[in-house]
Amino acid sequence: MTTTSEKTQENAAPRRVDKAQYLVCAVLVAVGAFLIYDALTLDAGFAKVDPVGPKFFPLAIGVILVVLAVILAIAIPRGSVGEADAGEDVDPDSPGDWRTVGLLVGVFVAVILLVEPLGWAIAGTLLFAGAATILGSRHYIRNIVIGAALALASFYAFYAGLGIPLPAGILDGIL
Amino acid sequence: MNNFDWFLQGLSEAATPMNLLYAVIGVLLGTAVGVLPGIGPAMTVALLLPVTYNVSPSAAFIMFAGIFYGGMYGGSTTSILLNTPGESSSVITAIEGNKMAKAGRAAQALATAAIGSFVAGAIGTVLLATFAPPISRFAVTLGAPSYLAIMVFALVAVTAVLGASKLRGAISLFLGLAIGCVGIDFLTGQPRATFGLPQLSDGIDIVVIAVAIFAVGEALWVAAHLRRRPAEIIPVGRPWMGREDWKRSWKPWLRGTAYGFPFGALPAGGAELPTFLSYITEKRLSKHKEEFGKGAIEGVAGPEAANNASAAGTLVPMLSLGLPTNATAAVMLTAFVSYGIQPGPTLFEKEPLLIWTLIASLFIGNFLLLVLNLPLAPLWARLLRTPRPYLYAGILFFAALGALAVNVQPLDLALLLVFGLLGLMMRRFGLPVLPLIIGVILGPRIERQLRQSLQLGGGEWTSLFTEPVAIITYVLMAILLLMPLVLKLMHRSEETLLIVEDDKDQKEKAEA
Repeated sequence: MTTTSEKTQENAAPRRVDKAQYLVCAVLVAVGAFLIYDALTLDAGFAKVDPVGPKFFPLAIGVILVVLAVILAIAIPRGSVGEADAGEDVDPDSPGDWRTVGLLVGVFVAVILLVEPLGWAIAGTLLFAGAATILGSRHYIRNIVIGAALALASFYAFYAGLGIPLPAGILDGIL
Repeated sequence: MNNFDWFLQGLSEAATPMNLLYAVIGVLLGTAVGVLPGIGPAMTVALLLPVTYNVSPSAAFIMFAGIFYGGMYGGSTTSILLNTPGESSSVITAIEGNKMAKAGRAAQALATAAIGSFVAGAIGTVLLATFAPPISRFAVTLGAPSYLAIMVFALVAVTAVLGASKLRGAISLFLGLAIGCVGIDFLTGQPRATFGLPQLSDGIDIVVIAVAIFAVGEALWVAAHLRRRPAEIIPVGRPWMGREDWKRSWKPWLRGTAYGFPFGALPAGGAELPTFLSYITEKRLSKHKEEFGKGAIEGVAGPEAANNASAAGTLVPMLSLGLPTNATAAVMLTAFVSYGIQPGPTLFEKEPLLIWTLIASLFIGNFLLLVLNLPLAPLWARLLRTPRPYLYAGILFFAALGALAVNVQPLDLALLLVFGLLGLMMRRFGLPVLPLIIGVILGPRIERQLRQSLQLGGGEWTSLFTEPVAIITYVLMAILLLMPLVLKLMHRSEETLLIVEDDKDQKEKAEA
């Protein structure tokens, strides 16, 4: 028992080290490595008047991204933390409800896949109703009605008002 | 034609009934969206970009002028009534404004903010019309090397000066530059970082990036931390001010404007510093010092005017040099590009009517804002009660709609999600958003300018340092970068001195 309490105390003291920040390092390395790899596949320009060539910018940016990742990786254990964004509806002290975010991303992926076959009117309804439900609105029918109204209104407004034909999908001919 | 003639011409272009209608729609949309919690002016403009597709450029810019000022005003309404500023520049407004609102003077706070914004906006636009043309005339005489230097300076300044952590600013900037690499290399015609997707050969649409980073990123971030109970909103009547309020407000308005405009016009000036300076000044000069911290009207009037004047100031480098220095200007600049208008110093020569129409619309938008928003304030306050699930579902919905409308391809929705997740990551880990957006916009232009200057200079690197303006800019940049370092060193040497003295003291004590 004592050992576990000691352990939690040990964990509590250096808890200022925000280990999740290594995710940022990973993203930086991934983006940087991709840029470097992609730049190396390019043909260098041979023109004397273009000493920079097409490779220089992506290579330099890629290398610097990797360097920044290393610097951040060194800074994290020393207690470097970024200040998370505050805002009107944000409760920064809450631990973070990542399940909600995951569900929202899921709905968004579904919309990306369905917007061509089903059309904007249906996909847009799904997006609004789905997101509202996930965010905690329990009036399921009202969610769908508002979503459908928004989707249909925007479909016609963009089609008639702005001349932009959003995908009609399976409702082609009905709308 | 001189500038005033052009201005009149622009005014007659902007004041046709149809265009006035666009201005009214712009102001109403801008305010309505700007009032919604969590939505700042930049996000307002980004979300409403698609609305301006397929209307004529002049009509679109008139709407933009309305959206621009409407979004700014909406933001201050939120911070006064909710005590929760949507962006750093309205933090100061929230301090005194919300205290006033809680003391039952919400109407006066909103009125002094609205009228102060109007005064600052009007003066700011006059200054813009005065200074932008000569600056652009001067800028046209500059060669590519100078222009390159100025763009690099803006990039460095925005990243290094603003924000708390330089490391995080740099990370954000270089992520933006990386995104800017996507597309076909303009000199050799090779696709770069396009993942073999032909849709990406023109680069990633900046509208998609802006909407993703601002709107989707914010919605996802809020979703992860949604408050259980929505914040308390103070009901308001029609905004009005008594004689005493006027007497106490007009000087802060003017002083705030004087602070805001020059800071806005500087790259990296920003709106935080002038609003803060204005607040301190009013506190020092006020005859009602005891009211500060409890809801002093001067503390709303001054910073709010400074905020708006700074916004007008940012339009100077944007119109005269093509340099965006804040997020809202960056998004507006993308609108220029989407109309095939090349931003840069030649804008006043090539598109004088359009620019002067925009400037005239700023006056009209500013005026409409005052006329519409004073009576409509109670309605805007009611918008604050929008249930949060609907609000953020709506933001996601309109973000998707906007991204889809750019090219009508699902790939843009996928990009929207990817960059939305990037925006979420940036908010979670405190990476500033502005350097990324500026990097996306300026990165490709800096590369192009660099390689074109070298082409003109026969491939000689020394040709980059042939113009005095370029050299001065690089020197300024070096000073800007080295200053904090030098200050730190001086500070440190002071500290070591103190420690030595401490040691001496202790030794003496020990000896005694």
